[in-house]
Amino acid sequence: MKPAAFDYAAPTRLADAIDLLVAHADAEPRVLAGGQSLVPLMNFRLAQPGFLVDLQHVDGLSDIRLTDDELVIGAMVRQSTAEESADAAAGAPLLVEALGHVAHPPIRNSGTIGGSIAHADPSAELPAVALALDATMTAAGPGGERRIPAAEFFRGPFETALGPDEILTEVRLPRRPGGHAFVEHARTHGGFAVVAVAVDLAVDDAGTVTRAAIALSGVGPTPIRATATEQALVGTVPDAESIRSAVAATVAVLSPAGDVHGSSETKVDMARSYLRRGIELALDRAASRR
Amino acid sequence: MSTREITLTVNGRRTTLSVEPRKLLVDVLREDLGLVGTHIGCEHGVCGTCTVLRDGRSIRSCTTFAVQADGADIRTVEGLAQGPELHPLQEAFWEKQGLQCGYCTPGMLMRCVEILERDPDPTPQSVREQIASNLCRCTGYATITEAVCAAAEVMRSGARAGTEVAS
Ligand SMILES: Cc1cc2nc3c(=O)[nH]c(=O)nc-3n(C[C@H](O)[C@H](O)[C@H](O)COP(=O)(O)OP(=O)(O)OC[C@H]3O[C@@H](n4cnc5c(N)ncnc54)[C@H](O)[C@@H]3O)c2cc1C
Ligand code: FES
Ligand code: FES
Repeated sequence: MKPAAFDYAAPTRLADAIDLLVAHADAEPRVLAGGQSLVPLMNFRLAQPGFLVDLQHVDGLSDIRLTDDELVIGAMVRQSTAEESADAAAGAPLLVEALGHVAHPPIRNSGTIGGSIAHADPSAELPAVALALDATMTAAGPGGERRIPAAEFFRGPFETALGPDEILTEVRLPRRPGGHAFVEHARTHGGFAVVAVAVDLAVDDAGTVTRAAIALSGVGPTPIRATATEQALVGTVPDAESIRSAVAATVAVLSPAGDVHGSSETKVDMARSYLRRGIELALDRAASRR
Repeated sequence: MSTREITLTVNGRRTTLSVEPRKLLVDVLREDLGLVGTHIGCEHGVCGTCTVLRDGRSIRSCTTFAVQADGADIRTVEGLAQGPELHPLQEAFWEKQGLQCGYCTPGMLMRCVEILERDPDPTPQSVREQIASNLCRCTGYATITEAVCAAAEVMRSGARAGTEVAS
């Protein structure tokens, strides 16, 4: 038996799930979503929670809702379900494009949207998407419900604004027409990103950038916004040279930690070329949709 | 630690059993149900040899607690052959030498079942991309790709023949 022993409950009501987390606080409880990050950690005994609250049967956590101005994805929606959802494709094509880079289909058949965001791996794709799209995370706890903007949600590697007795219930993604792009370098197909770039922007009829949101994964303890690049692009009609200098403004302040996948310098170089590729692709798409 | 009663439908047969929550689905299949066709490799979701179908979709049985599969319909490699008659994919793996040591094969076959159930006529390129989820250290994947495309053809003509008979 690989994982350490634990007790388990599979409630059907959100309030019961929260009560269980509170009641078993001494056992260092965790919620179990798709298990695709948590079970490997438990198999290696890197995580040894004494109590698991399985969310898969909790009512109301597995819906996808598209309204005029946002896409609301339940935390327990499986990654493959979101990937195949017409509503998700219409409401947040950036998310759907990013999902194709999250592990492999058999992992996405179990892994959830909420699990990936709550896990907050600094190399994961979905946190960068949440940050680029200014998503709002809804958290439910003993004190009720609160909404946390993406900019305040990711706190550090594997660390979020969620309290130990809070459950992420949904991710709200504003609908923003324009052009998107998700590009990354991974060592193997389906691997975590070494560097990933999420771009969401819009242009007017003259080709002037009216809005730009860009986030990176893999180059810091959390996903980060390329604010300097965004500011340099907005209000301009970008060409190859101005894109290069807009990218340089972000790249100059990056200092990613080097590891077996690449030195700090290599990752900075990757960030430079993937930012450029992502911006060019998003601009092409934005122009062709006008 | 307490045990929990779960019900699984494995290869069409319903079984109720009592398991510790920490027991992985792959261990329940192998140890409790004696279905040792499903292999264990890396035990953290990377290699794919433990792949089974849950409600028609492929999952890693090494990163799934059996309690999470309570009520689910599970298919394993043992469910593919009908008596002495091999599944077209098994037949094609044999014909095209889609296996050498065979360690990856149970998971690879179940992944390929899903691929063909979702797309009965995939291109070789699409097969290559989709089987990237499962590692094989022997074949180099070329013969597996050939086998999947060959099986797809057999299954399509079988499906056509089936419709003709039925109509
Ligand atoms: C081989 C392999 C390759 C992978 N490759 C990638 C990759 O390339 N990119 C990538 O991003 N991920 C990758 N993953 C991880 C995968 O995407 C996971 O599905 C995801 O990180 C976690 O989602 P989950 O639903 O499986 O959550 P779980 O594993 O169940 O949970 C993960 C953590 O989040 C917490 N949690 C889950 N849901 C909630 C919630 N609703 N509220 C509060 N806390 C919650 C859990 O308590 C746990 O601490 C890979 C995994 C494997 C096994
Ligand atoms: S044993 Fe399950 S993926 Fe390797
Ligand atoms: S046949 Fe040996 S690992 Fe695939």
